[in-house]
Amino acid sequence: MGIHVIKMPDLGEGIAEVEVVAWHVKPGDTVKEDQVLADVMTDKATVEIPSPVNGTVTSLGGKLGEAMAVGAELIRLEVEGAGNHSGEAASANTATAARQHTSTSKASGGSSDTVDEFIPITVAQPETVVTTVTSEATAAPAQAAPQRPATPAYTQAGGQASAPSHHGRAAGEKPLAAPAVRQRAWDMGIELQYVTGTGPAGRIQHADLDAHVARGQRKAAEGDRRYAVLEGEQAMPVIGMRRKIAEKMAEAKRRIPHFTYVEEIDVTELEALRVQLNTRYAGQRPKLTLLPLIMRAVVLAIRKYPSVNARFDDDANIVTTYNAVHLGIAAQTDAGLMVPVVRNAEARDPWSAAAEVARLAEAARSGKALREELSGSTITITSLGALGGIVTTPVINRPEVAIVGVNRIIDKPVILNGAMVARKTMNLSSSFDHRVIDGMVAAEFIQTIRGYLECPATLFVE
Amino acid sequence: MNTISTNLLVIGGGPGGYVAAIRAGQLGIKTIVVEGAQLGGTCLNIGCIPSKALIHAAEEFDKAQHYASGSAIGISASAPSIDLGRTVAWKDGIVKRLTGGVGALLKKNDVQVINGFARILDGKTVEVKQADGELVRIRCEHLLLAAGSEAVELPFMPYGGMVVSSTEALSPETIPQQLVVVGAGYIGLELGTAYRKLGAEVTVVEAADRLLPAYDAELTKPVGAAIKRLGIDLRLGTSVLGLNAGGSGVRVREANGEETLLSCDRVLVAVGRRPRTGGWGLESLQLDMNGRAVKIDDQCRTSMRNVWAIGDLAGEPMLAHRAMAQGEMVAEIIAGKRRHFTPNAIPAVCFTDPEVVVVGMSPGEAEKAGLDVISANFPFAANGRAMTIESTDGFVRVVARRDNHLIVGWQAVGRAVSELSAAFGQSIELGATLEDIAGTIHAHPTLGEAVQEAALRALGHALHI
Repeated sequence: MGIHVIKMPDLGEGIAEVEVVAWHVKPGDTVKEDQVLADVMTDKATVEIPSPVNGTVTSLGGKLGEAMAVGAELIRLEVEGAGNHSGEAASANTATAARQHTSTSKASGGSSDTVDEFIPITVAQPETVVTTVTSEATAAPAQAAPQRPATPAYTQAGGQASAPSHHGRAAGEKPLAAPAVRQRAWDMGIELQYVTGTGPAGRIQHADLDAHVARGQRKAAEGDRRYAVLEGEQAMPVIGMRRKIAEKMAEAKRRIPHFTYVEEIDVTELEALRVQLNTRYAGQRPKLTLLPLIMRAVVLAIRKYPSVNARFDDDANIVTTYNAVHLGIAAQTDAGLMVPVVRNAEARDPWSAAAEVARLAEAARSGKALREELSGSTITITSLGALGGIVTTPVINRPEVAIVGVNRIIDKPVILNGAMVARKTMNLSSSFDHRVIDGMVAAEFIQTIRGYLECPATLFVE
Repeated sequence: MNTISTNLLVIGGGPGGYVAAIRAGQLGIKTIVVEGAQLGGTCLNIGCIPSKALIHAAEEFDKAQHYASGSAIGISASAPSIDLGRTVAWKDGIVKRLTGGVGALLKKNDVQVINGFARILDGKTVEVKQADGELVRIRCEHLLLAAGSEAVELPFMPYGGMVVSSTEALSPETIPQQLVVVGAGYIGLELGTAYRKLGAEVTVVEAADRLLPAYDAELTKPVGAAIKRLGIDLRLGTSVLGLNAGGSGVRVREANGEETLLSCDRVLVAVGRRPRTGGWGLESLQLDMNGRAVKIDDQCRTSMRNVWAIGDLAGEPMLAHRAMAQGEMVAEIIAGKRRHFTPNAIPAVCFTDPEVVVVGMSPGEAEKAGLDVISANFPFAANGRAMTIESTDGFVRVVARRDNHLIVGWQAVGRAVSELSAAFGQSIELGATLEDIAGTIHAHPTLGEAVQEAALRALGHALHI
């Protein structure tokens, strides 16, 4: 019997520290070759560390959430034969075998698995942030109940809004019921508009009322929870992706004196153009949202104001501006905020940009984005679409020096040529690093974007 | 002054008020009805009931006269005549029986009736000047306004002399030689037709370009044809200017702008009715109004708490059956029940010859409401029963949603089709689909078969056409 030590692999790009975001084994577990031992995370990519050998885990090299130096001992296995505890070969093997993906971690704590029940975990699927409360990887099976993936509230809201009414009636349609049913509903204090009608033409029948009441009683039997006193709390370690986001955000706000500039854009023409383009190229080209058109406007505005397309190394006091525009597009994923990067956005027409954004967003959401696709941006656009609000104060994606926030489009009355007309307007809320971008430049940059967006022909005619 | 207290005070003993009072009595609510004239209101005394009696008498007389000139049926009669005094007395007998019945029902349900005209002092206090001149003050928790409506008067041709309203026209002492009817709405046409059948030369003047402007043209076409056959002179697009100086005729401006004199010895003004809002202190409550009518919500609440309004006073449609349904509902709400006035349809009947009945939406109205509908007619010409009563004019029409075949409207024109309103109303209120009606066995031989056949036809497989 020998000891096989697996060291934290070098994951490239000069990364010195790697964070352990999930242990899939605990001391005493028997592991097989290629079995995933741990998930570790670098800048933005999460990497599974598989075992190069068969053996039994004797000790883990670090705690969950701990940042470990590259080359440090990650895990120690007892193996048949000589082992490698004096050699370096294993770490190299591990590095090559490491499968890269960008998921954060898995909710199912591998630490609770016994050898017999162990089901090898293959490519990790993106799930919710791990909620295991065990701070020690060596602790007994995790106590925390597995939590359902927390679906972001906005997807729920959006889903409800677009879904057809579950009562089978169109919005505003009067519930259909015979007078006796109506009267009984009134007597019972039931609003017919909430009752599902199963009769012909959606007619609400006595049986439907009964079913409605029965449903209500089932709810009542569970007790009225609306005003119940709630106890308990949930401690959630801020690790992995969430810690990265937290650190980046804190650092950005701590170091960068943000200067936020909000301007209203009349996007009536732009919307009309977008609709026109989508109609004309229906079925031939990907459908355009406003984003690729805004991306183009940003690219064009950067030609006049290149200083906003930059990265500021504030330790070395060097601002680097770039000729290429690598546009970060902030995207919400189940794991948290990610910023996939459209490289050389200046070389893409709106359809190509749209396709690239769609591809990157999908890759980021499914955890398949490569590290290069998630880094290296020179300026960022952030948009929450219909949830964009009227004003936001976006946080700069450090070390960039500017971020353009897109707010939602609203129909509003506008005075145009002395008359009130309905126009589609949208705010751009943008933040700049005031250390290197002056207010004047920022304002001119945004006004230039506005010029392009309000006169969309200029996006194409140069 | 004598002061009495009650839970519910109803101002007006018409169909809305007396029904509310009966229902309130049934529910144990202490109730007083104040009525200035006779119980039963316009409907029983000077509206629905007497007009139908007069129309029936006119029809019978008309029929007898036809028999006098020989008939296809083979009946003949010689020189029929009508004793108008007895006709009116017969009509008054019906009215008396009905209003007496209302009084008995109110008594049976422990409702106190006070005869006299009410004057509102505030939302909880009403003063009544009784028939004998004595004043009584009534304090109430709930005040129900059911004062009804009155015939609209033309300012340049006020009632009096030869100018009469429907009220006087329903108790004629004589039949005029030449009658001019102003207004081709249902009141004008019903009474104009009756007078024509009773022997008057009738001219109907209507400012709009067609008769019964509230209904669609297809529906009113048989009525127009029948009026023409009867020899009624219908002047559309014609406005009334007033009586001539000699009082022997009515000056009108015809559609082509020409001024003409229609000589006549009586003028019936039937240009509509308006809520009776004046003269009884209603304005002191400063209620929110909806045009001339008192504004109400779907529970007949006015803008003042515990002051309710129903029927014609609360605006269109001014129909007795609507007022009754509202009155019943208000009594139940006051008794603590949860109710709303949310009918799917309120039937409307026009007792012209032929009759017109509409329930729910016409195809045009449905379209305006944004519905995608199908509609189908079934003509009485293809109905056996219609042939046996010598009346094959007219049709039944159904309107239903295209997507789920929910019936949203019925219209019919033809003899005796008013009775079909029950079937129409039920099918719409119960939420029937075309298949429901098509799948219901309708008795043969009846006019009702046309109802089933219209539904079948809308489904594309009428059997008898």
